[in-house]
Amino acid sequence: MSTVDMGMPILIVDDYKTMLRIIRNLLKQLGFNNVDEATDGSAALQKLRDKEYHLVISDWNMEPMSGMQLLTEVRADTKLKELPFIMITAESKTENVIAAKEAGVSNYIVKPFNAATLKTKLSAVLGNF
Amino acid sequence: MAVAAVKEKIASQLQDLQKADGSIDPEEIVAIVESIVDSIEGDMSADGLKVYADIEALALYINTARAEIADLRPDDINDEHLPAATDELTAIVGATEQATNTIFEAVESIEALTDKMPDDVAEQISLAVTSIFEACGFQDITGQRITKVVTALQKVEEKVEALLNAFGDDIKRSDRPKKEPEKRTTTPSGAPARPDEDLLNGPQMPDEAISQDDIDALFG
Repeated sequence: MSTVDMGMPILIVDDYKTMLRIIRNLLKQLGFNNVDEATDGSAALQKLRDKEYHLVISDWNMEPMSGMQLLTEVRADTKLKELPFIMITAESKTENVIAAKEAGVSNYIVKPFNAATLKTKLSAVLGNF
Repeated sequence: MAVAAVKEKIASQLQDLQKADGSIDPEEIVAIVESIVDSIEGDMSADGLKVYADIEALALYINTARAEIADLRPDDINDEHLPAATDELTAIVGATEQATNTIFEAVESIEALTDKMPDDVAEQISLAVTSIFEACGFQDITGQRITKVVTALQKVEEKVEALLNAFGDDIKRSDRPKKEPEKRTTTPSGAPARPDEDLLNGPQMPDEAISQDDIDALFG
């Protein structure tokens, strides 16, 4: 039996509206319907401080605040530091993955990705569903 | 001109070059070389003649290179070719984004109908819809790759501008007539070239294009 709350609030962050729509739809296909959006790190950080989310799924390359900067801010915030944070990005160089891991990312998905990969990573972070 | 005066003139020209802020006008180099050649007086040894010939060849080489670069009209690269390429690439991103959103609209409409379908059919439709969403990720990836190419083009533009500045205004804004490309009578494969080739410019930029409605209006 799944222990994952499928109605949990999830924040997805990407500067490409197309990608936001893809992630939102794939999450919907997986059963997650409580999804909110932000188009850069600073907007996301504001939302995270205004409302309680149970998961962040963020792109890396964004202006003015990148996903990496957002992750750093989240991990430095006493209220947000335990928040599960998945990076979805085209940045697939080893040093980038290592840097994200060292900054405290919960998991890392390289674009392009599919629903199966998303489900696997979500399960790894949230538990099986 | 006395030898001492020539030496003084050449020394002064070389000092001016040293003070230049990284941009050296080849014309100045040619002038210095010519000064050196002019300063050679009297009977010359075989070595002197060789040096004279080498310096003369160097001057000729610089002038020829300068003329060839001017013929290439490098100012066109920054004024026309690079901006046009950047605009085309930006238009590709816009067009693929628009097409992707249209696909989304259609797919979401189909997905909304799955509630009215038998379970087995709805499941198959849902799987197909998921595949379409996954495939639409191409727009994000191509967008990022094209942005990288646009950035690279901007770097090329900066380098060309530096080259133009180094070679002076007569090359930078050359008033030489443009060389028209030679008309091809055959395509690279050997087939006859299209007689309407001049009319084929590919897709127009949105601000340059007219709509189908405009075209229909032209046809009355």
